[in-house]
Amino acid sequence: MNPRRLTLILVPYLWLLALFLVPFLIVLKISLSDTAIAIPPYIPKLDLSTGWHGITAFFADLDFENFVFLAEDDLYWKSYLSSLRIASISTLLTLLVGYPIAYGIAQAPEEWRPTLLMLVILPFWTSFLIRVYSWIGIISNEGLLNQALISSGLIAEPIQIMNTTQAVYLGIVYTYLPFMILPIYSALDKMDVSLTEAAIDLGCSRRQAFWLVILPLSRPGVIAGCFLVFIPALGEFVIPSLLGGSDTLMIGKVLWEEFFSNRDWPVASAVAVILLGILVLPIMLFQRNQERQQETDR
Amino acid sequence: MNGRLTWFNVTSLTLGFAFLYLPMLILILYSFNESKLVTVWGGFSAKWYGELLRNEQFLDAFWVTLRVGLISSTLATVLGTMAAYVMVRGGRFFGRTLFTGMIYAPLVMPEVITGLSLLLLFIAIGLDRGIFTIVLAHTTFSMCFVSVVVSSRLVTFDRSLEEAALDLGATPLDTFRLVTLPIITPAVISGWLLAFTLSLDDLVIASFTSGPSSTTLPIKIFSAVRLGVSPEINALSTLMIAVVALGVITASLVSKNALRRQRREKQEAFAA
Repeated sequence: MNPRRLTLILVPYLWLLALFLVPFLIVLKISLSDTAIAIPPYIPKLDLSTGWHGITAFFADLDFENFVFLAEDDLYWKSYLSSLRIASISTLLTLLVGYPIAYGIAQAPEEWRPTLLMLVILPFWTSFLIRVYSWIGIISNEGLLNQALISSGLIAEPIQIMNTTQAVYLGIVYTYLPFMILPIYSALDKMDVSLTEAAIDLGCSRRQAFWLVILPLSRPGVIAGCFLVFIPALGEFVIPSLLGGSDTLMIGKVLWEEFFSNRDWPVASAVAVILLGILVLPIMLFQRNQERQQETDR
Repeated sequence: MNGRLTWFNVTSLTLGFAFLYLPMLILILYSFNESKLVTVWGGFSAKWYGELLRNEQFLDAFWVTLRVGLISSTLATVLGTMAAYVMVRGGRFFGRTLFTGMIYAPLVMPEVITGLSLLLLFIAIGLDRGIFTIVLAHTTFSMCFVSVVVSSRLVTFDRSLEEAALDLGATPLDTFRLVTLPIITPAVISGWLLAFTLSLDDLVIASFTSGPSSTTLPIKIFSAVRLGVSPEINALSTLMIAVVALGVITASLVSKNALRRQRREKQEAFAA
């Protein structure tokens, strides 16, 4: 192998090994350690400085204490379930909001489409934090929405939206909407116009043509969009901590608090390991969907 | 699809874009609010912009963020372009699957896990947390985004162009400089921009990997926003939105012009 090619491969490879894979192995190792009041606040179980003996001692002494703790404490599995529920419901809501927009863009005259697409992408370039923050002034109890509803006489007391799970749904739909619109649009855009025309010629109404032809053919885009929303939403931290209430349990927030407030590193690491375990399935399904789509494109 | 808009399409587009843009427009409007009470309109004023520019903490955080963003996105662009080359042109080598996995995994990894794992690494090797550690963290996750952007360009690249250059006597390095680089440059630039915005935007990973002396702007904004809406943050957000909007609009105009020029040159070449 020539030296130039070797450098080309080795530099990014070693960088990723050192700063992606090794850190993750450390998380795995600490998740198996005991909690302690010390700096750093855990007792390492795996001591490589004693060589082979250290490794055998590690396996002899291996317990899944932190994982048992997670299983026994209600808080954790309730947080996992509630994260799954919140992520699923918000993915569905994002689909319901995003599909009509993507469909509208695909139906728009060709010269409008680049501008419409840019308008979808533009919010993605602005700060995520600011986009979440922009809702606080609208939905809080003294916020604009409640003010408007009260002054129009529809309600007498402000409705509590801020600091509820509903606010988290809203935040996720708002911030992840571009991820849903873009893959659906690209599936619709690739579609052959003559298919819809054929359906209409053969006696379908426009609505039937949509349900029987367009919707089924846009399925790969829908699936990709759903994964692109669901996967990051599951580990979301910023949205539940800014818009959610104290009863909105999401695992990203639990991990953060376990680490920063309780300083319990082994438990935080165990929470991370399980979260990743949950994510493996959707990530693999997503990967397969993408590969299949690429094959049909060819 | 056929370009025929129904009333349903028009309604969903109008409502959709209103939903996407109204919250930000309201935020921009209220950044010019005289009143300290953020939900009551007290007249037009730009005083919060003045307050913001006098706030040393925000200015410090801004410089930290800018420095981290510039360094990490540049490093990420170099590493990401190399990685894209390896993925598309690398051929077979030992551990290729692991390599591709490590490129794609950070894209979907929850930020809390990435942040936690990097922090534990920095502590394990005794590295003091500061600007340097944030740069390392940001470079790592944004290089993966860069390599995805660049590799999608490399895949569609017509290799006969390079072969022609080599046949005509160019050295491999000249071929890269004169043929390959100009073709992948747009992808490299958009990769850099993406890396830069990701770095400016990141709260979670920066919170884990920053030290007490290296607070970034998102960390500062987050701790202020937790206490509720503030007119200063509205002003800051407006400035950030304005910069991004200007950047994206300029970029799209430039690329549109470049495309037009390219098309004209091609036509002239054919005509001649």
